Amino acid sequence: MRILRSLVIALALAGAHPALAVQPDEVLPDQALETRARDLSRELRCMVCQNQSIDDSDAPLARDLRLLVRERLKAGDTNPQVVDYLVERYGEFVLLKPRFEWHTLILWLAGPAVLIAGGIALVMTARRRKDTPATDPAVATPKLTAEQEAQLARIVKGEG
Amino acid sequence: MIAELGHYALVLALALALVQSVVPLVGTRTRDPVLMQVASPTALVQFVFVALSFAALTACYVTSDFSILNVAENSHSQQPLIFKLTSVWGNHEGSMLLWVLILAFFGALVAAFGNNIPAALKASVLAVQSWIAVTFYLFILLTSNPFARLPNPPFEGRDLNPILQDLGLAIHPPLLYLGYVGFSISFSFAVAALIEGRIDAAWARWVRPWTLAAWMFLTLGIAMGSYWAYYELGWGGWWFWDPVENASLMPWLAGTALLHSALVMEKREALKVWTILLAILAFSLSLIGTFLVRSGVLTSVHTFATDPTRGVFILAILIAFIGGSLAIFAWRASSLKQGGLFAPVSREGALVLNNLLLTTACATVFVGTLYPLALEALTGAKISVGAPFFNMTFGPLFLPILLAMPFGPMLAWKRGDLLGVAQRLVWAYAAGAVVAAAVYAYTWGGPVIAPFAIGLSAYVIVGALVDIAERIGLMRLPLAVVARRAAGLPRASWGTAIAHLGVGLTMLGVVCEMNWGAERIGMVKPGAVLSLRGYDLTFDGTSMREGPNYRELIGHFTVRRDGNVITVMEPTKRNFAAREMGTTEAALYSRGASQLYVSLGDPSPDGAIAVRIYHKPLVLLIWIGALVMTFGGGLSLSDRRLRVGAPKPAKAKSKTALQPAE
Repeated sequence: MRILRSLVIALALAGAHPALAVQPDEVLPDQALETRARDLSRELRCMVCQNQSIDDSDAPLARDLRLLVRERLKAGDTNPQVVDYLVERYGEFVLLKPRFEWHTLILWLAGPAVLIAGGIALVMTARRRKDTPATDPAVATPKLTAEQEAQLARIVKGEG
Repeated sequence: MIAELGHYALVLALALALVQSVVPLVGTRTRDPVLMQVASPTALVQFVFVALSFAALTACYVTSDFSILNVAENSHSQQPLIFKLTSVWGNHEGSMLLWVLILAFFGALVAAFGNNIPAALKASVLAVQSWIAVTFYLFILLTSNPFARLPNPPFEGRDLNPILQDLGLAIHPPLLYLGYVGFSISFSFAVAALIEGRIDAAWARWVRPWTLAAWMFLTLGIAMGSYWAYYELGWGGWWFWDPVENASLMPWLAGTALLHSALVMEKREALKVWTILLAILAFSLSLIGTFLVRSGVLTSVHTFATDPTRGVFILAILIAFIGGSLAIFAWRASSLKQGGLFAPVSREGALVLNNLLLTTACATVFVGTLYPLALEALTGAKISVGAPFFNMTFGPLFLPILLAMPFGPMLAWKRGDLLGVAQRLVWAYAAGAVVAAAVYAYTWGGPVIAPFAIGLSAYVIVGALVDIAERIGLMRLPLAVVARRAAGLPRASWGTAIAHLGVGLTMLGVVCEMNWGAERIGMVKPGAVLSLRGYDLTFDGTSMREGPNYRELIGHFTVRRDGNVITVMEPTKRNFAAREMGTTEAALYSRGASQLYVSLGDPSPDGAIAVRIYHKPLVLLIWIGALVMTFGGGLSLSDRRLRVGAPKPAKAKSKTALQPAE
């Protein structure tokens, strides 16, 4: 995919190439089956492309995979069976959403871990600071001097 | 000759940057004002030299000087002038030159208009800014020289990648870079504050306008890139969770968090350490974005390994700056004093929640983008992380963000009244519930989540309006008073509400496009009719047209609704001879915020042609929302409060100086 590589180098954002993915002759006559095929296609990667699903890609390989998906569906496979079949043939690389396994543990858990760790850190900071204000001179509200008290009283009286 | 001058100007800029990165710092150590003042003139002259260098490269492109390797590879003598100009940054070397140009531009702005910044802080900021500049000048001069000559110049250039020959993409990189590089100022301020070991509310007031400006450019840049992908790539997608896109989304998320935490710091002197860290992170993510796009590591870990000069250089820059700044942070952060206290339920608390969620979202994108690369480099196992993963992990984080969004601005500082705010937001829940119920009834039997998401968007939009209505006393006070209060309301408050409203609009567009888009694919021969959502498209045949450096096949469609002709749509397919590449130009017809989208496929031997037609309800709201967010940012930027309170009126000038870049 020379086109794609030059694009990635040239672009600052959005890498993909002009495409007309699903061809009219691929569409299944059975509406329900076709919808399932489209849903599955969006989860499967065109392996010669840059991060495109086979639903979006116009590469010949993507077309082959789309036809394969439809073939399996027509043969009566369930969605997970189709996915298993493809993973067996092409490896896990074909899945745009990796399975939750040992080697993807960090991938799946990083987000929740940050959220939980951040939440705990916040609670702990709040607790610690609740305990300290009296002792920490930077945070504690300084007492007014007698002179300031008098000034305050004057202002309050003058305004009121 | 011009090229050599440009090259030499860049070398001079490097020399100046070297001086600027050392001398002012020595000045701050020895308290020598003369040495500190060296920073400003060097920053200004540095900008002049980089601008000269950039102008030289531009001149080479305009005159189609194919003896320059870079011009020969990325330009064509038949290109329209506008694309000759945009070709300058439509390639690796030129875009890096644009990067340093913008870096020097921001440095010069600080030098010229930052008169109210204390001398020592200003000297440190400009010195740190110059460290970045030095490394990038070296990167360009040593690994990516745009001025390299060819011994045997070709007669004709190889043309710019056709996909980039489009106005939308032409202005996309400069906008994005203004955003990326704009965060360098926040970064420099953060590192300078750490070096000085001192930070206060005034610091936040100096940093916030820069962050806001950078954020606005980044928002516009991302929206522009997304709209370009939508109309140019031919299948109507507007976001692909591609690593290159994620590269720009991460700094945006961190920058959005920074905007909000800087607010707390400015108003309440709290969250100092966190704000500094975010400023460092936002720019670090910008650098990582540059690395991801520029090093070739995305295409394959292996290409990166076989031709590592550039990649390793950028990686070294990354490690030096991110590692270095985080090390200074770890070393000095504890010396920063904590500021004001606040209860968990307060404006500060809401902003902290915003930061927690945005940071988590950013971390999710970060891991999702880099994990496959790391896994492959370490174990050789190849996995893909694409849209389904991000929709599942990133999407849910926006539920609490959107739920909390209307509450934030309405809570009081220090200690807020959650129940009181909840009562005042009753109109927002009502609007959300009514809209959700109506949509659910209308799409009976469809997905349940979509009407809920629409209701949530309505809640956010009405919530933003309620915030303004409450502030100006609408429905409670006489109209004259309301008008006076509306006029007197700080622009920052208007900005907040409008930006939040923009988020709601974008969300609305996203949900509608994802759930209720309709699609029709067909092979058509002249005279055939395709129908979709009440639109009947008659295919009237094709014709050919000669462009300046391409030939295009035009499909003619007459669009009817209830038998009446409403428009003619002409999608095209362009073929660029120089690269033997094609592009599809979709035809768009807007009705309100919804669009009809027609894109051509390949013709078949029997005279038929493949066509894709989409109906995309409210899709334009995605980008209108981004524009509204940017407008809100602009209003906030123009707030007087950002300018007064500083000792001199120089801040006002820096705003006007920023405008030409917009």
